[in-house]
Amino acid sequence: MTTTPFPFTPTGIVRRVDAAPSPNAVVITPPGRLGLPRWSELWGAREVLYRFGQRDVLLRYRQTAVGVLWVVLQPLASAGIFSLVFGTVANLPSQGMPYFVFSYAGMLAWNLFNNVVGRSAPSLVTNQALVSKVFFPRLLVPLSTAMSVMLDFGVALVLGVVLLFVYGVNPGWAVLLLPVWVVLLVCCALGIGLAAASIQVKYRDVGYALPWVMQLVLYGSPVAFSIDAVPHQVRWAFEANPMTWFLEAFRWSFLGLPAPTLWQVGGMVVVSALVLLGGVLVFQKNERLFADVI
Amino acid sequence: MTNPAVRVRGLGKTYRIGRSGQRPTTAVEAMLQRLRSPLARSRFTEFDALDGIDLDVPWGEALGIVGRNGAGKSTLLKVLTRVTAPTRGRIELGGRMGSLLEVGTGFSGELTGRENIFLNGSILGMTRSEIRSSFDEIVEFSGVEKFLDTQVKRYSSGMYVRLAFAVAAHLRTEILAIDEVLAVGDAEFQRKSLAKMRDVAKDGRTVLYVSHQVQTVTSLCTSAVFLDRGRLTFAGSVDDTLEVYRRSFERYAEEQRDATRRAGSGQLRAQTVVPASDVFEPAETKRFTVAVGKNADLVGQYFVSAHINDINGTVIAQCDSRAVGGWFDPAKEQEVRLSLRAPWLKPGRYTVDVFLCQMGVLDAWEGAASFEVLPGSPYPEMTLDEATARGVILADFDYEATVQARR
Repeated sequence: MTTTPFPFTPTGIVRRVDAAPSPNAVVITPPGRLGLPRWSELWGAREVLYRFGQRDVLLRYRQTAVGVLWVVLQPLASAGIFSLVFGTVANLPSQGMPYFVFSYAGMLAWNLFNNVVGRSAPSLVTNQALVSKVFFPRLLVPLSTAMSVMLDFGVALVLGVVLLFVYGVNPGWAVLLLPVWVVLLVCCALGIGLAAASIQVKYRDVGYALPWVMQLVLYGSPVAFSIDAVPHQVRWAFEANPMTWFLEAFRWSFLGLPAPTLWQVGGMVVVSALVLLGGVLVFQKNERLFADVI
Repeated sequence: MTNPAVRVRGLGKTYRIGRSGQRPTTAVEAMLQRLRSPLARSRFTEFDALDGIDLDVPWGEALGIVGRNGAGKSTLLKVLTRVTAPTRGRIELGGRMGSLLEVGTGFSGELTGRENIFLNGSILGMTRSEIRSSFDEIVEFSGVEKFLDTQVKRYSSGMYVRLAFAVAAHLRTEILAIDEVLAVGDAEFQRKSLAKMRDVAKDGRTVLYVSHQVQTVTSLCTSAVFLDRGRLTFAGSVDDTLEVYRRSFERYAEEQRDATRRAGSGQLRAQTVVPASDVFEPAETKRFTVAVGKNADLVGQYFVSAHINDINGTVIAQCDSRAVGGWFDPAKEQEVRLSLRAPWLKPGRYTVDVFLCQMGVLDAWEGAASFEVLPGSPYPEMTLDEATARGVILADFDYEATVQARR
């Protein structure tokens, strides 16, 4: 048997194409330890993000009898229960607001956060056939889950506005800042979701632990009750919880309640940026193993 | 143009294989292990799936990648398509790489055919305008126009596969990697797919094709390379490479003669496997004698399983002695005789793998014997070759007809 020396060019019918080197040329090398994603590649694949998001939305409303009603029912029912338990039974203060609107505003923020984390974390594992077979920027899988959550949020927000009119609550000019809080909260949730999704590829424990942790955070944050209802001895712990800052900001913009302090606003920006960056880095570090261990 | 479509230098991919039961699968286990022995580095063995691959593929080439099972063909394609990252080396791609690694990945049963075309197309790297412009072509190629707005989960498996392939086949990437996907659909669709792939190469784009089906490599590729245990050992024309590929089976058989190099626990070894003749007629009963050593310490009886493989490495028959009540005593040296009466074999070269097993495999001897089936037809009538060209074996059959009664 003869062995051809390397490097070689296979013989055969070679048809040359006289074109300039493609702008799409790619160099593949072993991955380094840490790294940020290639932004141009992410941008080039934005269609995937859109299609994934579209798929999530369609999947959730197809073959459901009342479709979009579920999105509305969920925060309504939770807010109803909370106002019954905390407002009527425990008779907690709600900063002068009707308890139902007060807890609905909390639920808006909490559902946004919780659903982004809850849907992005298992996204890689649910799409494992794709991840182990086709190349595309994997970051898009968890990112795309935020789209359907945002849609749900939009629907719930519209209902919330209706509630404001019904209860005659006027939030004032602060409502203009609501989009800012939404973006910051989603960034924060995505950071956690990205890290969780990439770790879940290797350790499925995340899938069991995360919902439980999220439940603890729910009770450790003033979602269903007001920060005023927290006794002084432990109030510092609640004040230090970034989720509290977001909830305060949401209620300021949505209900016109007292604004969060300046350090809390600054904290929100810093925390969101750091968590998102950290999530992306953790994701990138684990990414090279996805196809091999999923 | 100076740059080739694909340039690979010193490419290697190493997998870490944990020793059995060592690898933690949950975070708690991993933590416990770390706690128990904080200094010990996690133990694993390394396995080179690919090593020192150098390769240049010019534009417009359709390159076939062949090799035995586990030679690293699919790993090579996965690294080239960036599904998994290389451990060493460098790859330069002259353009976008599209891949057909498995038909229908990224298809979602709940979505309609139309929605899936857009979803799958975008995952495979097409832009929206590219998908739009080839949408009609995709639909026509797949032949599912009528069901475009039906959920894919209601498709027949044939329709599903045709649609999935059609999307992938219309990728406009400069380089296309294909792994075994041409074996889908009926014969008509396969022909159409092969023709489509050939057109891709004619456009001056580059095709990398992995297959166990030697026939499709011959009909699609313009050159080929042979992978052996993660190394590229031969490159050249399709015919030469396939010759090397076939010969690798023989060389492998040579190595396997040494019992210590064979897989299996080794508690019992076959000594020789001898066919009654080097050549058989297609319909003749083929007899083989397996001489097995003894091991008085081995408890219980063992059974023998012989696989008959054709020249392309396809197992065409598994003759397992369990199926016919053949259990043998390891305390004495045995001479086990196998008679293969049916099916009739097509003319060509065959190899026999012999396995001695109990609960586990005692001896796995691949390529233990080979034999030739002579050209000739076992059928009563003389026919043209095309009457027997299809199929892997020759079946023993009859036709009868009765005139249908009129109603």
